Amino acid sequence: MSVNRAKNLGLPLMNLVRLKGAPILEQLHLEERLLRTSSDNWCIVNDGTNVPTIVMGMSGKPSQLLELGPVIQDRIPVIKRFTGRGTVIVDKSTMFVSLICNKDDVPNVQPYPRSVMAWSGSLYGEVFKDYVFGDRKFGGNAQSIIRNRWIHHTSFLWDYNVRNMAYLKLPSRVPQYRLERDHTDFVCRMKDYIERSDFVEKTVKAVGNQFTLKQVNLEDIDSYAKGEHLKSTRLLTLKELEEAMAGTTHNA
Amino acid sequence: MASSLLWASRVASRLRISVSQRGFSSVVLKDLKYADSHEWVKIDGNKATFGITDHAQDHLGDVVYVELPDLGRPVSQGESFGAVESVKATSDINSPVSGTVVEVNEKLTESPGLVNTSPYEEGWIIKVELSDAGEAKNLMDSDKYSKFCEEEDVKH
Repeated sequence: MSVNRAKNLGLPLMNLVRLKGAPILEQLHLEERLLRTSSDNWCIVNDGTNVPTIVMGMSGKPSQLLELGPVIQDRIPVIKRFTGRGTVIVDKSTMFVSLICNKDDVPNVQPYPRSVMAWSGSLYGEVFKDYVFGDRKFGGNAQSIIRNRWIHHTSFLWDYNVRNMAYLKLPSRVPQYRLERDHTDFVCRMKDYIERSDFVEKTVKAVGNQFTLKQVNLEDIDSYAKGEHLKSTRLLTLKELEEAMAGTTHNA
Repeated sequence: MASSLLWASRVASRLRISVSQRGFSSVVLKDLKYADSHEWVKIDGNKATFGITDHAQDHLGDVVYVELPDLGRPVSQGESFGAVESVKATSDINSPVSGTVVEVNEKLTESPGLVNTSPYEEGWIIKVELSDAGEAKNLMDSDKYSKFCEEEDVKH
C-alpha cells in the first residue's frame, strides 16, 4: 500500500467540480441544488464568470445596497442568492470557491456561522500563509446552513474594475474592520500578490488535506442530485429594480 | 449567566412554566418540547407555537432577517419552513411538528433581533394548527434537550 493511499484512508470523500467562466446564476443554482438534494461533499471552483453581475444576500434590499440609476441604465444583472448577507459585483476576474459539507464529515465544525468561518479561515490560511495583504479585503464569503449540511462560498477578487464598484453603495451597517474606507481603499487585487494558477492549486491542495477529492464533470451532476428542492436564488426583474428606485425617490 | 436566568425566570413566570438550571449557559424552559435542530414548540390543544432556542440564537449571532412562511402553508415535522439570516449565514428553520400555518410573528419583520433577545417569548416565529398531535412524542423534553446541547458543545 502506497503512503498516499494510506494517508487518504479515513478522509471523507469530496467531489470536485471545476468550471471556467460559468454564469454566476448557474453556479448558484447548482450550489443550492447540491446543498439540498445531494448527500455528498462538494468543492466547486469557477474561474471567472461571464458578465459583470451584482449578487446580494437573501435579505438584500436593492434600494439600500445599489446605485440603482446606473445599475438600471447599464442593465447590470442583480441576483438575490440563498446565502447570507454581503453584496458583491463579480465578473471574469473573480474566482469562486464553494465548499458544501455534511456536518458529520467535518466533526470539529459546528453547523453555525462562526464555527464554519473559523474552519474556512484556517483552510485558506494554508493557501495564503506566504502572503501579506495588510488590512485589505480580497474576497467575501457567505454561508447557508440546513439540517445536517452547510455551504461556505467565497468570491475572490483576482482583479476588479473600479468602475464596477461604483454600482454598489457603501453599506449603512459598516463592520468594524471596514472603518470608513471606500471600496478602493478597502479591497485589493489578488493578482498583485499571487499567480492565478497557484491560488487554484494551493486551494485544491488545502482541501485535499482534509478530504479525498474526486473530479466530477458538470454533465454527470444529475446522478448525484435528484429530486425537487427549494429554489431561493433568483434574478431580480427590471420591474423590481425600477420599483425599488421609485420607492427611494419617493421617500427622498 | 445570572442575567439569562433572571430573564428566563420572568419569562417562565409569565408562561407559567418552570426553568431548568443547567451547567451550560443556554436557557432551556421546561414544559416546552425541543427538536434536535434546535427549535422549541409549545403545544396548546390543537395549536402549537414555534421558535428557535436560546442555544440556537446564541450560536447563530445577531439575527438580521427572518423569512416567514405564508399563512395557510402546510409544514411537516423535520422539514424547513423558513430561514433566519445572521452573520453572513442563512439557516433553515425546521418544523418540530406537522400542521398548517395560522399565524406568523409580523413583529420579526421590523425587529428580527427579538429572536436573540427573547427567543421563547416575543421572538416566537409561527403558530400552526396541528395535523398530528402524536408527533410530539418524537421530540425531546427539556432535560434531554439540555443534555443534547451539552454533548454537542463538548464535541467541538
